[in-house]
Amino acid sequence: MNKVLMSGNNIIGEAAIRTGCRFYAGYPITPQNELTEYMAENMRNVEGGVFVQSESEIAAIHMIIGASTTGARVMTSSSSPGISLKQEGISSMAACELPGIIVNIMRGGPGLGNILPAQGDYFQATRGGGHGDYRTIVIGPATCQELADLTMHGFDLADKYRTPVMILADGMIGQMMEPVIFKKPKPREYSEKFMLRGAGTGKSKFIRGLILDAIDMEEHNWKLARKYQVITDNETLHEEYKTDDADLVIVAYGTAARIAKGAIKRLRDNGMRVGLFRPITLWPFPELKLRALSNKVKNFLVFEMSTGQMLEDVRLALQGYADVGFHGRPGGVVPTPAVLANVVARHYEKKD
Amino acid sequence: MAKKVFSRTKSLKEAVFHYCPGCGHSIAHRLVAEVIDELDIRGITIGVPPAGCAVLAFNYIDVDMIEAQHGRGPATATGIKRTLPDRIVFSYQGDGDLAAIGFAESFHAANRGENITVVFINNAVYGMTGGQMAPTTMVDQKTTTTPGGRNKTLDGYPVKVCEIFSQLKGTTYIERCTVNSPAAVNKAKKAIKKAFQCQIDGQGFSLVEILSPCPTNWKMTSIDSCKWIDTVMSKEFPLGVFKDETAVTKKPAEAAS
Repeated sequence: MNKVLMSGNNIIGEAAIRTGCRFYAGYPITPQNELTEYMAENMRNVEGGVFVQSESEIAAIHMIIGASTTGARVMTSSSSPGISLKQEGISSMAACELPGIIVNIMRGGPGLGNILPAQGDYFQATRGGGHGDYRTIVIGPATCQELADLTMHGFDLADKYRTPVMILADGMIGQMMEPVIFKKPKPREYSEKFMLRGAGTGKSKFIRGLILDAIDMEEHNWKLARKYQVITDNETLHEEYKTDDADLVIVAYGTAARIAKGAIKRLRDNGMRVGLFRPITLWPFPELKLRALSNKVKNFLVFEMSTGQMLEDVRLALQGYADVGFHGRPGGVVPTPAVLANVVARHYEKKD
Repeated sequence: MAKKVFSRTKSLKEAVFHYCPGCGHSIAHRLVAEVIDELDIRGITIGVPPAGCAVLAFNYIDVDMIEAQHGRGPATATGIKRTLPDRIVFSYQGDGDLAAIGFAESFHAANRGENITVVFINNAVYGMTGGQMAPTTMVDQKTTTTPGGRNKTLDGYPVKVCEIFSQLKGTTYIERCTVNSPAAVNKAKKAIKKAFQCQIDGQGFSLVEILSPCPTNWKMTSIDSCKWIDTVMSKEFPLGVFKDETAVTKKPAEAAS
């Protein structure tokens, strides 16, 4: 297929439909409205496609739960405050082992915050967000091409592990336009035995998160934990950029990683050997890959559009084997590569 | 040989109800199961039990079920029905589930005219959590969170679901019944059957409210509970058909074409 120029939010919608998403429910919230509108416009043109504008983000997540139980590929989307509302349902999907995609186009917070790009929902996304002992696969795309590829990949992961998957981007990526090529989606693999479609003449099934017996509940928790370990072992994604000769490595994801790449070009023009480690899966975090890098690099700088959230995962991954600095711009501030380059230069000089 | 006049209906599992003696849930479960069998829809029915006393409904009613989070039944049912329009989808909800925490989900599913059926159990109290005030608790009724009686100035008034939902253009069939006497039980069954038939015929949103005794949390005997429904509860929540457009409603399929 040819390259097309599309905005981030629309790309997510198109990738979802191409990969077989047939049920979308959502509630308008800036800066992700284009995605909801894209689904309204385009779901009606595909066979079996359903779009529902729900009365709330809570209703939206529970609608996709209903559709997911029937075996449909499902998606909902929102932005930060709306994702808080969806947490009840995300926890329920994890408990009931239901696949589905939740898109969070982050904005400034806490509270109503603002509608500008920010990365303050990393904790909420990667730590579970809702109640109980569970994990959510979290993918942090940095380009429009990745929005397309990783949305498709997200649907496959959700089916493979029967678990909710979050696409964590921000208002910048959602609104920007870039050329994109939609790849051919993989054929779906999802067993009918997990679907609830009426018992027919057979035995009835039920899907539930309620397990009153402590020993049974414990076993369910361990079963989920074993699944999360398999995901951790097999599904981490990351990118390394100019780390081969680097004296300092910036760790950043999403929009922050794009800014970091711009800063690195400037820094290298001035003779500073700086590279980038970009986690693409935020959970599971590419912990071992980052730790391996500390064999040759001792100076890391975490850059986030928050007051320091992924910073904790970087510290846990490096386990004290290297120095970890931090630069954060929360609240919807998006620094230019030139500004970031100045900050990085100071950290670079500090080392030796 | 003696003639068999009553037996367990096929879609009611051979399990012992966990409900308290005198509770209306077990009757309502049986009625739903009997209706499912009489309409021969067991194989195509998907039920959505709530959080609350009926949370274990999947242990009793022998159809495919997905348990909803508290109050979200109609949203979950919407997702199922929209994806599988030829299945029969019902949500079973209590008064806290429908009229408090899940009022928005229920109201808007009704307003969209989702072609689903809601069985709404109103026992004027929170049963599972131990007898706190429900949105349908009577004024002056004592509960564990209204120890002096529900105070209308502080706690507001009983929420009348049938009256409110029948105002919505999206709804087709709304009836309030009770199960406090054999005659009332028969009437409730007819209402439930009509509600499911409404859905089978593609006529849109149907809801049956059942005033249901809760002797444990009303702190009454079973017989007094049944009397209380007649003398007090049904004065606030009058029984009857609030809306029946099954005769005039076009099937959505026809309306759309």
